[in-house]
Amino acid sequence: MTPALAGIVFIGSLLSALALCYRPLGDYMYRVYTGTRHSRVERVIFRLLGVRPDTEQRWSVYARGVLAFSVLSILFLYGLQRLQSHLFLSLDMRPVEPPLAWNTAVSFVTNTNWQAYAGEATMGHVVQTAGLAVQNFVSAAVGMAVAMALVRGFARTKSDTLGNFWVDLVRGTLRILLPIAFVAAVLLVAGGAIQTFAGHGTWTTLTGGEQTFTPGAVASQEAIKDLGTNGGGFFNVNSAHPFENPTAWTNWLTILLMTVIASCLPRTFGRMVGDDRQGYAIVSVMAIIAILSIGVTGWAELSAGGTVPQAVGAAMEGREARFGTSNSALFASATTLTSTGAVDSAHDSYTAIGGGMLIFNMLLGEVAPGGVGAGLYGILILAVITVFVAGLMVGRTPDYLGKRIGAREIKLASLYFLVTPALVLVGTAVAMATEAGRAAMLNGGPHGLSEILYAYTSASNNNGSAFAGVSVNTAFYNTTLGLCMAFGRFVPIVLVLALAGALAKQAPVPVGAGTLPTHRPQFVGMVVGVTIILVALTFLPALALGPLAEGLS
Amino acid sequence: MDRMPSWIRLHVAALRALLVLTVVIGVIYPLIITGVAQALFNGNANGSIIHQDGRAVGSALIGQSFTDAGGAPVRGYFQSRPSAAGDGYDPTSTSASNLGPEDVVDVLPVPGAKDEEGNPDEGRQSLLTQVCARSTAVGELEGVSGARPYCTPDGVGAVLKVFPDRAVSVNQACPATPFIAAYQGRTVECAQPGEDYAAGQTVPVRGDVTAVQVPADAVTASGSGLDPHISVAYAELQAPRVAGERGLDRARVERLIQEHTTGRALGFMGEPAVRVLELNLALDKA
Repeated sequence: MTPALAGIVFIGSLLSALALCYRPLGDYMYRVYTGTRHSRVERVIFRLLGVRPDTEQRWSVYARGVLAFSVLSILFLYGLQRLQSHLFLSLDMRPVEPPLAWNTAVSFVTNTNWQAYAGEATMGHVVQTAGLAVQNFVSAAVGMAVAMALVRGFARTKSDTLGNFWVDLVRGTLRILLPIAFVAAVLLVAGGAIQTFAGHGTWTTLTGGEQTFTPGAVASQEAIKDLGTNGGGFFNVNSAHPFENPTAWTNWLTILLMTVIASCLPRTFGRMVGDDRQGYAIVSVMAIIAILSIGVTGWAELSAGGTVPQAVGAAMEGREARFGTSNSALFASATTLTSTGAVDSAHDSYTAIGGGMLIFNMLLGEVAPGGVGAGLYGILILAVITVFVAGLMVGRTPDYLGKRIGAREIKLASLYFLVTPALVLVGTAVAMATEAGRAAMLNGGPHGLSEILYAYTSASNNNGSAFAGVSVNTAFYNTTLGLCMAFGRFVPIVLVLALAGALAKQAPVPVGAGTLPTHRPQFVGMVVGVTIILVALTFLPALALGPLAEGLS
Repeated sequence: MDRMPSWIRLHVAALRALLVLTVVIGVIYPLIITGVAQALFNGNANGSIIHQDGRAVGSALIGQSFTDAGGAPVRGYFQSRPSAAGDGYDPTSTSASNLGPEDVVDVLPVPGAKDEEGNPDEGRQSLLTQVCARSTAVGELEGVSGARPYCTPDGVGAVLKVFPDRAVSVNQACPATPFIAAYQGRTVECAQPGEDYAAGQTVPVRGDVTAVQVPADAVTASGSGLDPHISVAYAELQAPRVAGERGLDRARVERLIQEHTTGRALGFMGEPAVRVLELNLALDKA
């Protein structure tokens, strides 16, 4: 089998696996978020929390729950890093410096998992497992909870409430993330990932050199890192590290884990709004955008454009021999189309067009299929904007899923869309305008701009992958990227919940002659078009100066 | 609890949620996974360590350098890929090079100049020059041509900075002879270290090399810097040298390469790859 054909089978097998999961996992998640019975463990947990699980919350209470939980998580994680030298099992790691500790705390709580540190030289056992890995679970559960609150906004009529945040948080963690992560972690160890709380291991190599490796609970963290679309590697080089991602088949499994929940949530959405076809429409939008993007990146990498790839004869710089170019390209696409940000190859060394496509994936808002929860609410916002645009064309007040998209709704949706462009473009501009920002670039010219643009795009969209050549562990980048991550996560969440609250209050609009059917290919095509056009219009100037200039020169 | 103001109640609940969940998924979950992993896959869970004569010599998953103290390749061993992890294959500082596809212009070291700490100026090699230099070195070691497109015969990136009246072969420090004498009517000069050529237009020159004999993975650093594998092509290239050095039958070495090659998983995942450390250990026993 030629490498190109093997790569196509690799993509096809993953898409088939996702299609097989779509109904069972989507239906299971539907039951998790709509069931009224609490398990015994959950009842104990709710008693420990001191919350009444059957109390429904208004959108503002739900949002305050999200924010309170997240702020305390940031403080807790910051404290844990600062105090790590006093903790047991710290592997003699020093306390993490304040700007880096802030950046890392925000990074993991916002599901970004941007990393300005090298795990093997910075974090001990306790910070990794009881700090970072815990946020891998709960930040993912928060994302799913917010998505479910938005879907309830569509599904409910004349209701003031959107569910209970604590119930959604605990159920998402215990019933969805934990069981899948458990199975995945055991599979990863079977492939060769490490899982130990021992001290550093050392050996003398065949030719007399010394090698020391940092041990850890890698498999258990790796599983949720991918499943929760977090992406924060245990080691500096993330999923390129053989202890995180030892074989070609664990690479396949990792990509499946990154995409599976976000790809199946549209099914959950369809079930909750009482029309499976709406779910199929949304997942079709995701699939079309994803396949187009994967095609561009895969083609760019296999054709190896650019001086160095041409000199080498293949885009092999920064790729592992066991994965090869095409599987690495799919991993890179999956990690940026979701909000994962794990990497099994060095994105900085991608071809200009391939790397540019990865930036574009994130600029799309990570909606194909996106982060767990974040992908669904992101694409529903785009669907709302699409019906609005369509409504303008025919001169009718638009409605979606029986809800009128009036002035308040479209304002919230537009603000949602504007948050990340504002953060990305202002952040990049500030970095390029200051000495502290420019000093960090490893590469010069258009590629240097791409590195900075990639960094702010990744942070503001809560992705976390990097063109890692930029030296971001400085006070300037730790602070500004931390702010981008925080605003890029929580401002959209509050807007989504406000939108959900406004939608839930409404009485349903009867389907009329002016109603745009939102389950047909026509609507799917329109959402794809609106998404790509909006993003292209917003970011084309920046992209033209970075990856496009590099690719065309 | 009910008598507290609601905003305090909210934060108390949030703190309790964080602590309870930390116990469940930050303590119990990793401990159970560790127990299962250690019981079922003890070797894997501890790093797939390889022992020889009762002594740990490496991990099946972590690549290592097979070089002598001076950094020169040991001729009796198959060589790993180039590595950007620390000084090479350092598991405590894993890294890729993170250099981009158009990183083609070197900063040439200025003879006699010192940096702030008093070390001699080493300049900075572009990714292209690194690729060309590795190709030349591997070619010499294996007795084949190390020529590649965009590389000069002396093993640096073939890149011109073109000005209106002249052109400079920007990676070839004087007194080197430029790889071409003239470019579109302009005389090509060698580069003076320390001089700023940024204003010129960067023109990489492909040259006419068609048959490249050194494989791609031999001239590129991996994503982790710890790649335990090389391509089958790179192993085949090294086989004659290793067989000759050890006085082994060539066919025997070929067979060992095959035995230590991991094919594509299920026939389509990843690329076939040779496990270098295990192969070298097998050679030591052969």
